[in-house]
Amino acid sequence: MKTKNNKVVAYNKWGYIFLIPFFAIFTIFQLIPLFTTIYNSFFENYRVGLEQIGPKFVGLANYVKLITKGHLLFYAGNTMIMWLIGFIPQIFVSLLLAAWFTDPSLRLKGQRFFKTVIYLPNLIMAAAFAMLFFTLFGGSKHAPINALLISMGILKKPFDFFASVWATRSLVGLMNFLMWFGNTTILLMAGMMGIDQSLFEAAEVDGATSTQIFFKITLPLLRPILVYVLITSLIGGLQMFDVPQILTNGSGQPVNSTMTMIMELNKHLYSKNLGMGGALSTVLFIITGILSFIVYKLTMKGQES
Amino acid sequence: MKDNLQEKRNGDMDEAYAIQKKQGVGVKARRVIAYIVLIFLSFLCLFGFYILFINATRSNGDLMMGFQAYPGTHLAKNFVNMLHSTQPIVRGMLNSLLVAGVSAFFCTYFSTMTAYAIHAYRFKLRNAAFTFILAIMMIPTQVTALGFIQLITKMGLMDNYIPLIVPAIAAPATFFYMKQYMDSTLPMSLVEAARIDGAGEFKIFNSIVLPMMKPAIAVQAIFSFVANWNNYFTPALVLKTEEYKTLPIMIAELRSADFLKFDMGVVYMTIAFSIFPVIIVYLILSKNIVGGLAMGAVKG
Repeated sequence: MKTKNNKVVAYNKWGYIFLIPFFAIFTIFQLIPLFTTIYNSFFENYRVGLEQIGPKFVGLANYVKLITKGHLLFYAGNTMIMWLIGFIPQIFVSLLLAAWFTDPSLRLKGQRFFKTVIYLPNLIMAAAFAMLFFTLFGGSKHAPINALLISMGILKKPFDFFASVWATRSLVGLMNFLMWFGNTTILLMAGMMGIDQSLFEAAEVDGATSTQIFFKITLPLLRPILVYVLITSLIGGLQMFDVPQILTNGSGQPVNSTMTMIMELNKHLYSKNLGMGGALSTVLFIITGILSFIVYKLTMKGQES
Repeated sequence: MKDNLQEKRNGDMDEAYAIQKKQGVGVKARRVIAYIVLIFLSFLCLFGFYILFINATRSNGDLMMGFQAYPGTHLAKNFVNMLHSTQPIVRGMLNSLLVAGVSAFFCTYFSTMTAYAIHAYRFKLRNAAFTFILAIMMIPTQVTALGFIQLITKMGLMDNYIPLIVPAIAAPATFFYMKQYMDSTLPMSLVEAARIDGAGEFKIFNSIVLPMMKPAIAVQAIFSFVANWNNYFTPALVLKTEEYKTLPIMIAELRSADFLKFDMGVVYMTIAFSIFPVIIVYLILSKNIVGGLAMGAVKG
């Protein structure tokens, strides 16, 4: 008996051995950089031309500067507006599509085709997708969309999409919508298929309409997965970078209205403003940390059940 | 009595028929709406790629004439011009293939190993390790980028592929997927049988566990490959030499150059060149990808 126990313990040390690669790499490339990033946020440390300023300990001065002079709230606002422009239609469309795909009475044909097509944009390189939109929506009368709208008689002269705040923001939102609604649809479908079918049957016997079934049964039972989708999308939205960066060539034009928080961070990283960059990273880390905690709680709940 | 029964049954059937008919109309209308919406959304998804394909086949002069819905004749010429453009696009694609391919291998192999550690062994810190990995799952790489760049500068790894490939070993989301898959498909009796046969733990992992995980590894390898293929933020910070740069960085350079001076046919060809390989691979593997997504979805 004793030898058997020893053997089990001997096996179990392999648990630690197999965990070494993950934790070693995580510590080196994520954990240490996280600490040094936070550490940097308490120092004044940047360059003006060839002159190096700092590093000098300044406490929380970088954070104060970030809010008062760094336009943090403005960039956070931009990020959230563009996220919402993409997310609101996304959640509606995805709910609708997921309900249709999982409704046995509809018997939609070509489901595989539609699912394949709507998921496609998610795999496209965001940089190339943004570049494609930039060429398609160019301001000249030869650019495809303007040429098309003029030839159809909708426009008289070309419309400069990238000179308009709301056109540019809407294009970023549209791209995010196209890239993510297929993914969300598939997530929601998985949730809907997990609902006990007898509930739907019982409701049908009781004479409920499909609209009633959707609002009274599907939606409430889907709430945990909806919250999951909302928060993971929000975390993704806070990281918005590739699309507006390429679309506006990193300028956030017009009038900085498409400048996101990560775009600003990217600027600090290139200009080696380590203090401000560190403070911005730390703020983003805290926000995503809180949001992640909610996702984590939801995931653990899913594990238990 | 018998007639009565028959009549009643007929009545029931009429009623059932009426209900079915009433529902039938509603279902039909809803089906039509569903198809219209689906076709519209599919159009929205594909339209841009369609114009991209068309425009990649047209000459610069032709493109200046405006919109056109059918292909031109300059496909081969644009392709040759792209190969001889100032940007080493083919080199960029090979670089992307290398970085994404090796990252996908590291990511799936070591995530399976990490998942196996948590799945198969009962050690003291097991729950703590599992909780920790789940907790860090959503932390974005951008928030640690500043320290990351500082660190790899000190390590002398700037302008090198190592900082783009090796961190793939610690991929919490892939780990989580593998763990879920193991819970449902990997019986410990198999592992125990191999132990009785005298196989070592590392050998068991490589020759028994890995082959059984093939379907999950395939799905995650695709996702990891695509994520790294498309990644722009970190590679743009790390890679400096033109010959080492990956495709997304070259696309960004194309955007920042005063590209109106370029041959627009070549610009469209370059975008197409970075998008279409992924589309083709996706269409071949779409069954696994779309199915695999639902498989890994968190059950709420």
